[in-house]
Amino acid sequence: MSARPSSRILSFGALAHTLRSARWLSPLLFLLLWELGSRCGLIPERTLAAPSTVLSTMLDMALSGELSNNLWVSFLRVAIGLAIGITIGVVLALVAGLSRQGEVAVDPIMQIKRTIPTLALTPLFIVWFGIGETPKIALIAFASIFPVYLNLYSGIRSVDVRLLEGARSFGLSRAEQIWHVILPGALPSLLVGLRYSLSVAILVLVVAEQINASAGLGYLINNARDFMRTDIIVVCLMVYAVLGLAADALVRAVESRALVWRPSIVSQ
Amino acid sequence: MDARKIGPHRATAPEFYMTPPVVRLRDFSRSFGDDTVISGLNLDIAPGEFVTLLGRSGSGKTTLLRTLAGLDPTTGQDVTVPDSRAVVFQDARLLPWKKVWRNVALGLRQGDVRRRAEDALREVGLEHRLDAWPLTLSGGEAQRVALARALVREPRLLLLDEPFAALDALTRLRMHELVLALWTRHRPAVMMVTHDVDEAIALADRIVLLDQGRIVTQERIEAPRGERAHVARGLRSRLLSALGGHVAEGPSPAEIIALHAGGLA
Repeated sequence: MSARPSSRILSFGALAHTLRSARWLSPLLFLLLWELGSRCGLIPERTLAAPSTVLSTMLDMALSGELSNNLWVSFLRVAIGLAIGITIGVVLALVAGLSRQGEVAVDPIMQIKRTIPTLALTPLFIVWFGIGETPKIALIAFASIFPVYLNLYSGIRSVDVRLLEGARSFGLSRAEQIWHVILPGALPSLLVGLRYSLSVAILVLVVAEQINASAGLGYLINNARDFMRTDIIVVCLMVYAVLGLAADALVRAVESRALVWRPSIVSQ
Repeated sequence: MDARKIGPHRATAPEFYMTPPVVRLRDFSRSFGDDTVISGLNLDIAPGEFVTLLGRSGSGKTTLLRTLAGLDPTTGQDVTVPDSRAVVFQDARLLPWKKVWRNVALGLRQGDVRRRAEDALREVGLEHRLDAWPLTLSGGEAQRVALARALVREPRLLLLDEPFAALDALTRLRMHELVLALWTRHRPAVMMVTHDVDEAIALADRIVLLDQGRIVTQERIEAPRGERAHVARGLRSRLLSALGGHVAEGPSPAEIIALHAGGLA
């Protein structure tokens, strides 16, 4: 009988310890306060919908297919824009990184491009490409060129010359040196650039989608704004966040496969 | 490479060369801007000969090695080096993104590349590290991989650029044994750059002492390796005084070497 109170105290102590080190606790409390504020009318529905309302709206939108259809449209915009932007960025970085003439030709233009905020080009892109899918994809592509370009270019240029010299001493041709030494050596930098490009692409997507869209997450948000449906707006914000997280996880997965030789990953 | 002056210089070559040398430099000079690193250097290395190149920092020994390795241009100079040559650098220079055996196989084009790399790694005692990543190797292991990578090419000229300078004393002794064993088996001509007088005495057929871009003196060691204790003392003091060290009477040679090791490094 005497063991029970002490074990109860023990488990209570363990619980207190768990709660103190729990990082999920404060976000949960925040949600609870938010819900409480909405329930007792402190936060009006038209200012911000309650978490429970957001959740049920999300379920409804998911079940009706409204969410997945529009998400797919937005996803395609990012994917196509990124594919174009990354390809251009990689090609330009290879040209500038691997040859002096290439550097002279490409790098000044890229540095000029860097100083122009991509989103400031939106009006020009609308004049050029209209208000359909093209300007949205073009904006995303344009924005995602630079991080990939800059990181891969500097990655190529900072490849260890001693390794290159070693390869040269074993009679490797220029093409073999590029394939076996320069490109693998620049890969970590490319992946850093890729990560930046992905987050920039999602940022630009949010703005680009506000251009007279008839589908996509931006369209949902614009529509919801007109009807003051804050619950739908919050759902879309959450989906944007999930998109960002997914992009990050994607690069992480690629990294852990491509950079297995790194000691930090090797030791795991 | 073009204007080869054979006549008058041939007579200066030692009688040791019964066969044509694998390395042949005549009146070789190299300068960077106004800075002349090597001037008027003549050097022959016979097939299978083990030469160590001794000198302090800035004496031009690394420049000479880079020339023999084909890493520096030799346009307009009378330089003969074999096409089949391999270098082991002080830092192993393994590609960190290639597994050990792929590093050894780098640039090999013929035959069963994997098996050749395996054989070479077995020779240096690393058959259990075939699939390891280079960054997980110890300094000694990395240097053995670098040796395997050089030997797998069956070079006629093996160039070693202070390959053991970064290793601890015990590992260095083991590496000496390994290098001698591999050299005995494969018989490439070896040119090893070092600033360690004892290392040079222990390994070489011939010690070439370089200072300010010129060959100051050469010592041929006839005594078999392992039985060099009786010649070592005299050699050491001759080499050290040629290097400009002050060899005091009294302390044992080992202490002198220790005293001078820092200054020569």
